[in-house]
Amino acid sequence: MKEISIFDVIGPNMIGPSSSHTAGAVRIALLVRKLIQGEIREVKFILYGSFAQTYKGHGTDKALVAGILGMDTEDERIKDAFTYAKEAGLCYTFEPNTIKHTDHPNTVEVIVVDDKGETTSVVGASIGGGNVRIDQINGVDVEFTGEYCTMIIKQQDTPGVVAYITSSLSEYNINIAFMRLYREDKGAFAFTIIETDEHIDERVQDKIREHASILSVRII
Amino acid sequence: MNFQTAEELLSLCEAQHIPISKAMLEREKTISHMNEEEILKAMHHAYDIMKNAVSRALNEDLVSMGGLIGGEAKKVYARKDKSACGPLVSKAISYAMGVLEVNTSMGLIVAAPTAGSSGVIPGVFRAIQEENDFSDEQMIGALLNAGAIGYIITRNATVSGAEGGCQAEVGAASAMAASAVCELLGGTPRQCLDAASTALANILGLVCDPVGGLVEAPCQNRNAMGASNALISAEITLAGIKHLVPFDETVEAMYKVGRSMPFELRETALGGLAATKSACQRCQGIF
Repeated sequence: MKEISIFDVIGPNMIGPSSSHTAGAVRIALLVRKLIQGEIREVKFILYGSFAQTYKGHGTDKALVAGILGMDTEDERIKDAFTYAKEAGLCYTFEPNTIKHTDHPNTVEVIVVDDKGETTSVVGASIGGGNVRIDQINGVDVEFTGEYCTMIIKQQDTPGVVAYITSSLSEYNINIAFMRLYREDKGAFAFTIIETDEHIDERVQDKIREHASILSVRII
Repeated sequence: MNFQTAEELLSLCEAQHIPISKAMLEREKTISHMNEEEILKAMHHAYDIMKNAVSRALNEDLVSMGGLIGGEAKKVYARKDKSACGPLVSKAISYAMGVLEVNTSMGLIVAAPTAGSSGVIPGVFRAIQEENDFSDEQMIGALLNAGAIGYIITRNATVSGAEGGCQAEVGAASAMAASAVCELLGGTPRQCLDAASTALANILGLVCDPVGGLVEAPCQNRNAMGASNALISAEITLAGIKHLVPFDETVEAMYKVGRSMPFELRETALGGLAATKSACQRCQGIF
């Protein structure tokens, strides 16, 4: 378990009114933005549980749009996120879903379309105190929080890929805190998620990208 | 240096003759990748946000998201010279209420420990700083002290209203502020923990029943109560009055009370004031 820092207690510094409904929403959407390589043109938010019930009164809608625009929890522009979205040419829609039950009460599915027309879907949950967890990418169950330096690798599910990734990291002397492999079907695509204590620089990413079965590498 | 309970914290402080603030700073250096300068800089930044939030509420017209609150801080502040509570408490409650106005109007605050209880610490801290001419450095020390209390509650119980009711949120903030005030006014580490116990014990059992599910009412008034309770608790302790139950046991009691609270009284807006006829009528058409 990660130690509780004083900045978890005296913090987060955030735009109100709610750490789970506002700050957590900003963080989920910001993680989605960092996951996407291209520029996001369209976004649809499907809101579940408590998010679906109270999103307007807690500014969850503005917080989600703000995160997609790259704002963090301290950004005073969050309040006017809809205006900034208009300026940036970002189309956004909200769809409250009060029927489907999710594991966590504050859950949102974010479906984005980038400038190349590619669609990505990410499910995230706001788990309290502004902390968040990403639960799904493109239908594949994953789990990471964004608290550590996180590398998300999308790959073809073939033998030797994971060994290649770990040897690349060790070549650059990077210590892995957590590493998990997620896949949907054997032989299809998979995600390797690596959380490290140190920052992972560009050279490591480039080295990993060289492998023919690696489809994309993102650092968030 | 690290500690997990108030008992461990107290023995560290007494063995090394250091205040709680110093122990918390050393702990943060141990568990994080930050050095002392970086930690203090980030604490100053948080305190600046708190000060700015207090000032905004007194100088701007803030409108809350749900429209249930707005302008109360100014009204209370206007009475400070003829206040029933005296200038220190009058300022503390006015400032605490103001920070809640900033929070609910999508302004910048520090969740300390939560957004719903974000008024207590800035309220108490700014009021006592102004009335006693404390420097920002002294206030950062107090913030470290408050952080130690909040850490112990977070680690061993909860500061979430959904889990433990208002006693966990405003209760924690009030205990944090009480301990900090105690250190600022020359209290020993043991007295700080006693003040924190007193503050938490005074609010034991308070439910979380936000009208309309919004962080507005009765949250704003309860932040004022949490601020005054912190000052009362510090005063009782500094007078040499000991608390019967040690802080760790008080925290455990709070946690157990929280867990035994029905679901309706833990932030769901299904019970307490939120379920009253008038509250439900007032909320029609907000969303």
